[in-house]
Amino acid sequence: MGISRRTLMKNAAALGAFAGAGFPHVWIKNTDIAYAAGGEIKVGVLFSLTGTTAIIEESLNKATILAIEEINAAGGIKGSKIVPIVEDPASDPATFAEKARKLVIGDKCVSVFGSYTSASRKAVLPVFEHQNNLYWYPTLYEGRECSKNVIYTGAVPNQQQDEFVPWLIKKFGKKFYLIGSNYIYPKEENNYCKKLLQKYGGEVVAEEYVPLGHSEFSSVINKIRSTQPNVIFSTVVGDSVVALHRQYRAAGLDPEKMPMASLTTSENEVAAMGGDAAAGHFTSAPYFQVHKSPENERFVAAYRKRWGADKVTHFVSEACYFQTYLFKQAVEKLATSDITPPNIRDAVKGEETIAPQGRVRIEPENLHTWLWPKIAQAKSDGQFEILVEAKQWLKPLPYAAYPGQVCTDKGLIEKS
Amino acid sequence: MDQFIEQIVTGLSIGSILLLVAMGLSIIYGSMGIINLAHGEFVMLGAYTAWLFQSHFGLGLLASLVPIFIVVAAIGWIIERFVLSLLNNRPLDTILATWGVGIMLQQGVRLMVGSELRYVQLPQSLSDSMDVFGLSVSSYRVFLFTVTIALFAVTWILMNHTTVGMKLRAIMQDRSVAASFGINAKRVYGLTFAYGAGLAGLAGALVSPLKSVSPDMGTGYVIDAFMVVVLGGVQSLAGTVASAFILGELSGAIAFLQNDTVAKALVLLAIVVLIRFRPEGLFTTRVRA
Repeated sequence: MGISRRTLMKNAAALGAFAGAGFPHVWIKNTDIAYAAGGEIKVGVLFSLTGTTAIIEESLNKATILAIEEINAAGGIKGSKIVPIVEDPASDPATFAEKARKLVIGDKCVSVFGSYTSASRKAVLPVFEHQNNLYWYPTLYEGRECSKNVIYTGAVPNQQQDEFVPWLIKKFGKKFYLIGSNYIYPKEENNYCKKLLQKYGGEVVAEEYVPLGHSEFSSVINKIRSTQPNVIFSTVVGDSVVALHRQYRAAGLDPEKMPMASLTTSENEVAAMGGDAAAGHFTSAPYFQVHKSPENERFVAAYRKRWGADKVTHFVSEACYFQTYLFKQAVEKLATSDITPPNIRDAVKGEETIAPQGRVRIEPENLHTWLWPKIAQAKSDGQFEILVEAKQWLKPLPYAAYPGQVCTDKGLIEKS
Repeated sequence: MDQFIEQIVTGLSIGSILLLVAMGLSIIYGSMGIINLAHGEFVMLGAYTAWLFQSHFGLGLLASLVPIFIVVAAIGWIIERFVLSLLNNRPLDTILATWGVGIMLQQGVRLMVGSELRYVQLPQSLSDSMDVFGLSVSSYRVFLFTVTIALFAVTWILMNHTTVGMKLRAIMQDRSVAASFGINAKRVYGLTFAYGAGLAGLAGALVSPLKSVSPDMGTGYVIDAFMVVVLGGVQSLAGTVASAFILGELSGAIAFLQNDTVAKALVLLAIVVLIRFRPEGLFTTRVRA
């Protein structure tokens, strides 16, 4: 007498219900153990090593790996080694999502460090939210996001612009020419910039977006000539930054009279365009390689020793470096059996570390980071000169451009 | 009025870069019928050769133009000799082959010198701006315009007033008849492809001080070049010139009135519409089939 198909199904269903209702702790405990087993803590490292944004993401991979190697060399996290699982999402958002799924579900990583572009972050977000895992995002970005599954260690618009815009108005004048690449980041930054301009009596003479990867700026330069702004406020990204700066220089425009003020030009971009094209222009960011602090000297020396003396550090690679240390601190606070992504998230709230830029802190409310805004001017040797340093660290306000909305630990709240 | 002239000058400048990039493609496509998808990679190789000469041998851009032409032409000749000449009369396979060669060149460069962006120094003597009709224009852009016109003149003479050019035109008309008159078609094809590749290399080197140099920079240029050649009419050098400047003026003007995003879309739309009604392009040279 065999078991009929129907009984088999019934039994299976009963077993399922039994397991689900009776022993939930068994299942949860199993996943608990998987996260920190055999003296190993697995983390994903998800930066593009090929494709268009590999140029910059390679350096983010390097900074993350450097921090992991340093932590492991110093004994790991309470005796456990961090094991980085490196994937190459090839600068393609769909591949980002696929690799994120592999790291979270297949490899059971307890956290993933990754992404440069907003497009790739938006693509992996559903994976981390469904699996209740944790993503560490090091890049400055446009704000307006309030996920409980992402730790944001880059600057949001208020941290780059609050000091920068009034300073530019005072020093050069009130006429701003806004130019950016045509996607979400520049538009959101410009939204905030326009609010600040209104507040401080500035004016927008033009707002313009060029296609991503655009490299012919003669029409833009013509318009700049005819509108005569005091400041060119640039959120152009990628190789367009290089073309814009080089053509500005070739056109014989003068940075002393009409400087470009950028939120995206770091040491990395300056190295790509050459110091002569970058010299005289301004950038606002929490970190520059020339910043003087013992932590930064150690970071720069270690980075060059590990990856080559010609390499530069910049404001995104610095965030990669310190966020890995914040991860370590958070995990250290937990008992080995408690190491899960949600517990790490809760442990990192309010956590502080002395980063190369200064002391930073994860804001418990919105999981963004308290940072130290700085304004610097590029020099022809490829480095910056820091002109203004914030006297206090600045609270991250990811919804600064949207007064009705606040990101809290209960999610986005609409104030009427 | 000032603004109008300024716009014309800008358009000429954009057009000269388009023409510079499209000329090599026009020669290869027009005379050999090869749709060379590796064209953008020849442009990229030229830019990298310029960067190499500058960073490793300390040679300025102007001094290295001739060696760059020779290097990229030699690479083109090798590819024609060992890949494309084996695919005679197989146009589809040729497209695939040039595409593959392009990918290999791109990855080869990435493996050898890395994927970082590079730049080429503007020649010191041309780094200022100068007066043209009372407008201040970048000296380098004026220089680019002049060089482009000179290269076009050289190409024109080569095609129409030399023996090699005459042989090439004969082969274009009818390969087997030309061969029966003792013309070595293989050799002429090799040289033509090398010349086209060399021109593309020069284009890459010449635009490199204004744009960024990266392994995948060719992709954008090959699209621009095809737009110019298709609009101008295949097999018509004069058509290539006209269409380059028409596209330059058009995209410059729209970008000034609107912005570059709109310009890109409208220019592409205009080309599509035009090709719908004039599939052979603006200019055609009638060839007896």
